[in-house]
Amino acid sequence: MMSTASSTSPAHAQHVMNGADILVKSLVDHGVEILFAYPGGCSMPMHQALTRFGESIRTILPRHEQGGAFAAQGYARSTGKVGVVMATSGPGATNLVTAVADAKLDSIPMVCITGQVPTSSIGSDAFQETPMVEICRGITKHHYLVTDIKDLPRIMKEAFHIAASGRPGPVLVDMPKDVQLTEMPNDLDPPMELPGYNASTPSVPPEAIRQIAAAIRMARRPVIYSGGGIILGEATEELRTLINKTGIPTVTTLMGLGSVPPENPHSLDWLGMHGAAYANYAVRDCDLLIALGVRFDDRVTGKVEAFAKDAKIIHVDIDASELNKNKTAHIPVRGDVKQVLTELNRIVQKPDISDWQQHCDELKAKHPLKYDTEFDGILQQHAIATLSDLTAEQETYITVGVGQHQMWSAQFYKFRQPRTWMSSSGLGTMGFGLPAAMGVQAAHPGALVVDIDGDGSFQMNIQELATCFCEELPVKVLLLNNQHLGMVVQWEDRFEKRNRAHTYLGPIHHEEARGPSSADRYEYASDRYPNFVQIAKGYGCGAATVKRKADLKDALREMIDSKGPFLLDVEVPYQEHVLPMIPGGATVDDMILD
Amino acid sequence: MTQSNYRHLLSALVQNVPGVLAHISGMLASRGFNIDSLAVGETEDPKLSRMTVVVVGDNSVLEQVRKQLEKIVTVVRVFDISSNDFVERDLLLVKISAPAGGVRTEIRELVDIFRGKVVDVGPDEVMIEISGREGKVQAFIERVRPYGIRELVRTGRIAMVRSGEIKGGSDRFATDTATG
Repeated sequence: MMSTASSTSPAHAQHVMNGADILVKSLVDHGVEILFAYPGGCSMPMHQALTRFGESIRTILPRHEQGGAFAAQGYARSTGKVGVVMATSGPGATNLVTAVADAKLDSIPMVCITGQVPTSSIGSDAFQETPMVEICRGITKHHYLVTDIKDLPRIMKEAFHIAASGRPGPVLVDMPKDVQLTEMPNDLDPPMELPGYNASTPSVPPEAIRQIAAAIRMARRPVIYSGGGIILGEATEELRTLINKTGIPTVTTLMGLGSVPPENPHSLDWLGMHGAAYANYAVRDCDLLIALGVRFDDRVTGKVEAFAKDAKIIHVDIDASELNKNKTAHIPVRGDVKQVLTELNRIVQKPDISDWQQHCDELKAKHPLKYDTEFDGILQQHAIATLSDLTAEQETYITVGVGQHQMWSAQFYKFRQPRTWMSSSGLGTMGFGLPAAMGVQAAHPGALVVDIDGDGSFQMNIQELATCFCEELPVKVLLLNNQHLGMVVQWEDRFEKRNRAHTYLGPIHHEEARGPSSADRYEYASDRYPNFVQIAKGYGCGAATVKRKADLKDALREMIDSKGPFLLDVEVPYQEHVLPMIPGGATVDDMILD
Repeated sequence: MTQSNYRHLLSALVQNVPGVLAHISGMLASRGFNIDSLAVGETEDPKLSRMTVVVVGDNSVLEQVRKQLEKIVTVVRVFDISSNDFVERDLLLVKISAPAGGVRTEIRELVDIFRGKVVDVGPDEVMIEISGREGKVQAFIERVRPYGIRELVRTGRIAMVRSGEIKGGSDRFATDTATG
């Protein structure tokens, strides 16, 4: 770790603590061990302070502020702790915005610290001034502009409290440069002033628990629909107990992957637009939907009126505003899902549902997730399934970008533990995978961290290969390279007569760049561009490319076993589609299976 | 029981900190809620302000507005005023064309009937202050419209529950459990 002899002690004799020191000390006091920070004019004092606390906190320098913010998310998603990112004012700060919105939609606890121009210059359109609090109001859980050093210790305390408690989310702390340089106040541990925020979730009364148990007892076709709230609420064990006790068929959301192991006999995997057909059929046909830590997102429900339309709905969520927002619940319960499940497990009885269980088993056998295993090249699904087999016995974390590879990863990688799957699910931000993997690797140095990515998403934050190399984060990238924006290509194929509209990622003179393209499902793009292996090597990473199916396993093993960061460029065809598929706004009955 | 155009009066006690009005109005706008009026001012406690919001929509809209308001960290408490016996007021200032003479007398009579006040007089116009329920204020505006309204400004509605226990004061920490 970089540090100089004079910079190791926070109590350095010559230095009087200033706002920047208080901020950094507060990070240390809140248990932050790693943060991702990119310096600039208005955040320099905080970076100087970080060097004074270098023994207690590791500062990782990303190559783009967005990369830093997604790394902080990877850290938070994989550990459950608050992720911290820092950037300078103006462009540095606005580069965080996408990742902040992303964290808000997926309820990821983050504290985002931005430099700001000095308070005397605020509002004057100063160099690198942007009104960050104004910009971030709608995309943060809360936000602060620190105008008085006296407020800083309290604000830092509140920021961490708000980010992590209740339904987690991102909190912005905008720090003007003069406040960073002001000398410390006396009171470093003031009480919080949050009369409108009480994080202690109400205890759910026994009547509500009994009501849920009664609904389960009377149900003949129940389904558990569980989501990210189970993972955020550390309620995986309680959920598994409920499933095992009752035998209720269970579907999860994309955010809920890992909470129910795919081997569980009652698991129906995940539901939604590209979820398993049997998951969607089961929800269509159920008479009781037990919704736990979910938000009835449109990618899950399709046409919301038709979603589970004959079912009685129990909805448990920590956020009262989620209840009855998209879908009216018959039994809405505001509360901590872990408490609800703990108490429910004490009294719940196994319902008489053997016919229904058998029906769900038949659905699962009849409509498995599948792909053409006979194809002699490497299909994306095959690459992912092979990776899943090879890594089954070791601690592995998977991050993804957004698009076809993301959906296939969710379908064909077997997630058996919570917090091992990192996906930008609500906002759907391309470029999430590589920086998120960095953050996961920083939090879990001994684990295998693989970014399964597409060539479109990967290039949105490809610069972070430099961070992986320079900060010694041995992230692996499994690049499913089809030279296209595959998900949009799939929609073009299905709905636009295969007319390519800016979905080919090679030079524009190539015929594939314009006009209708071939309908051959297994066509490879010619004249491959760019040379990802050269790029990765240029950044100092190991890299290889593979096209033959027979070579895939060895290539994956080489990637897994490599000591440093490594990119495996897998040449795949570009017209393979993610199936099943429920078109946007449609119903399960409109599901495309082939 | 749906009342798709029903007007609900919500009263929100908020922390008196910079940006809280922008936060609330931004939330209401970005979630597409239909707001008739929004009034804000300090309360007996200088640390708190009160916002009175008139929301148009059915009960499910009201429920969402209320929950989304409660979710804002600086919002301390939200009350559904319209589920109580309450007093509401709207203050109007209006400048009307009124050359000296008979017209001015007519206007003064109208002002008396509506229990308003003439607060300023110019060579050919008068400024009038009226307060009351929205219906009364609206009625006054219609009465004086024929004389020629030169300028008009209103505060938006404010409201207060009459003495007694306030119903519909949401306890944001209560369990949201339905009876059905």
